[in-house]
Amino acid sequence: MAAHSAVLSMSKIIKPFWGGHLGNTVKVFGTTLTSHRNKSSLTRENIPPPAKYGGRHTVTLIPGDGIGPELLNHVREVFRFSCVPVDFEVVHVNSAVETEDDINNAITAIRRNGVALKGNIETKHTMAPSVKSRNNLLRTSLDLYANVMHCQSLPGVQTRHKNIDIMIIRENTEGEYSSLEHESVSGVVESLKIITRNNSLRIADYAFKLAREKGRRRVTAVHKANIMKLGDGLFLQCCREVASGYPDITFDSMIVDNTTMQLVSKPQQFDVMVMPNLYGNVVSNVCAGLVGGPGLVPGANYGHVYAVFETATRNTGKSIANRNIANPTAMLLASCMMLDHLKLYDHASSIRNAILNTMNETRLHTADIGGQGTTSEVVQTIMRFIQSKGQLTSEY
Amino acid sequence: MTARSVRSLSGALKPLFSNRCPGITSCFLQVYGAASCNQRQKSTYTPPPARYGGRHTVTLIPGDGIGPELGNHVRELFRFCCVPVDFEVVNVDSSVASEDDINNAIMAIRRNGVALKGNIETNHNLPPSYKSRNNLLRTTLDLYANVMHCQSLPGVRTRHRNIDIMIIRENTEGEYSSLEHENVPGVVECLKIITKTKSLRIADYAFRTARAKGRRRVTAVHKANIMKLGDGLFLECCKEVASGYPEITFDSMIVDNTTMQLVSRPQQFDLMVMPNLYGNVVSNVCAGLVGGPGLVPGANYGEDYAVFETGTRNTGKSIANRNTANPTAMLLASCLLLDHLKLHAYASMIRRAILSTVSETRLHTADLGGQGSTSEVVQSIMNAVQSTGPQTLSI
Repeated sequence: MAAHSAVLSMSKIIKPFWGGHLGNTVKVFGTTLTSHRNKSSLTRENIPPPAKYGGRHTVTLIPGDGIGPELLNHVREVFRFSCVPVDFEVVHVNSAVETEDDINNAITAIRRNGVALKGNIETKHTMAPSVKSRNNLLRTSLDLYANVMHCQSLPGVQTRHKNIDIMIIRENTEGEYSSLEHESVSGVVESLKIITRNNSLRIADYAFKLAREKGRRRVTAVHKANIMKLGDGLFLQCCREVASGYPDITFDSMIVDNTTMQLVSKPQQFDVMVMPNLYGNVVSNVCAGLVGGPGLVPGANYGHVYAVFETATRNTGKSIANRNIANPTAMLLASCMMLDHLKLYDHASSIRNAILNTMNETRLHTADIGGQGTTSEVVQTIMRFIQSKGQLTSEY
Repeated sequence: MTARSVRSLSGALKPLFSNRCPGITSCFLQVYGAASCNQRQKSTYTPPPARYGGRHTVTLIPGDGIGPELGNHVRELFRFCCVPVDFEVVNVDSSVASEDDINNAIMAIRRNGVALKGNIETNHNLPPSYKSRNNLLRTTLDLYANVMHCQSLPGVRTRHRNIDIMIIRENTEGEYSSLEHENVPGVVECLKIITKTKSLRIADYAFRTARAKGRRRVTAVHKANIMKLGDGLFLECCKEVASGYPEITFDSMIVDNTTMQLVSRPQQFDLMVMPNLYGNVVSNVCAGLVGGPGLVPGANYGEDYAVFETGTRNTGKSIANRNTANPTAMLLASCLLLDHLKLHAYASMIRRAILSTVSETRLHTADLGGQGSTSEVVQSIMNAVQSTGPQTLSI
């Protein structure tokens, strides 16, 4: 335990001196450390503390493409303004090159810091199929097995459905996203969807633990086991096994097509939903659409050791990039989730309250929720709210 | 030519042989059927529907749940309106593991060319080697295109208005190949198959339909950023076919963005084409948007056969035999069937009656928020048909 924090703090001291040279050393150390950490994390005894030096946390920041860079700049602005003790280590990932060096640097940085905030990295369709999705690589290398999305109807936003409060827990590393495809016979492509017992048990366990923690009554597993009997059948079985250990929580299951239909007619019936990767993608986007759009919902990717925060629907937003019209709410709420993860609860709640108050002001809504406000106006208002609460802030 | 004579011969022989030696006739037909299939595929000749004495024979598969009662209502309505269609009922028992029942049903559909079916339940308790009967039917008969037309109906109150989306879904491959294996215990691999020929075929069908119905825009739904080879191939095939239809705009959208757009602004979509699983999800979302599973009919088309059913393929076990199911979807599916048989006058007559009944809020069934019963709705449709004047039986 002491050894880990010692190495980590050492790497931070040496880093400014050695810069790039240290990368390999840290990676070697990092692997040994990770295996140490994994063994202890499984028993949940020794979760390593976040990278903290002098009371300030270091968090990796991956700007990504599209609206990522500008939104993350706003996050940094708000954090600096509210005197949040977080420093960002910016790592750029160029999506246009084929080499994996950039994303490996980013992964190393996250291993070093433990926490990251990222924008979406674009996956260019024009590149060869061997160029894997960078976001996917990041998730699988760091084993961020749980994607958690909390969809809540926000008070100031006008939507067709009201009182939605759904928590979606999606398996993040396997399923349809294994990137295993081959074309044995020309013109016939086989894509492999992998479901394993270990990962299914793990995600089901995470779902039920989270449900218990948050006081949720009901967990619904979403599947298509009538067609994919072995695959989704295994997933469902694992969920049932885990459910038997949580008698206070009701467990039921629903086929994905029926789920999406129920979501558009009566979304209030759902509480916590757990599902494999692809259904999670679709269902989370449906729910995001129901509560007001991609600009409002934050998402978090948790592993045993690392956590990466981003917008829930992972949009690059290329068409609205650099036009000052993107909705900063999702990214700012994601940064609040990150602060909660770093146990800086006061800062998290102050920023969150400011955001929710700003949401109530309709004239400030950005284009995606039907208003005409600009990103900078929204951020300015949020900062004003934070200041009005009386907490310590930088000069305005 | 040969195909037609074989068909009419089988129609003539059927009543003679059916009771005494069904096995021989079916083998006979199977052999001829296979031979005539080969001939048919070579020519572009579309076989005529099974007609004898001016009356069509259509296979009816009641299925489970609400299927049987809705099938009965369809028959009642057809008899009432004097529609020249006779139903050959084939029951498929979903609780037995043998495939005899579904093979009989497939045989009957090969014989008649057209079918109306309820959903056959896939029992989870049976072993994984037991394939989904509905899936078997679709793949054996090569019903490669599932067409669902989601329209906002005038009398039904929904959160979105003016929806008019046509969804064309590949029906035979993709995630539904039922190919799974467990090489290592605890690790299951499911194969999703995408082939060039089938993707070209469905894309071609989509564009032809778009042209025939005067649609301006076709959107391909995919997830090619993750499944680069698989959905990438599908997308490529769609682009190839699109180049041959310059008057129709073609664009593509990733499935997660599509579902999100569907719940916020569904009016932007015109015609959508997609592989099997995304089709399942998207069609259910659209059905939910226009008012629920009780309102949308679906059709499965192949080169030679056509099978009509409700759009969302629900068994409806929980509301079976309680007279609360919404008959609209099944009745509109039967109108699609009549259109396919070129009995357009009957089809439009029944469709008009159904739409006028749906506008009456007090007759809405429970799924639309009302308290009407199935039989009331059907009675009202029959009244509406009678009042428009054509020949009907007495009520």
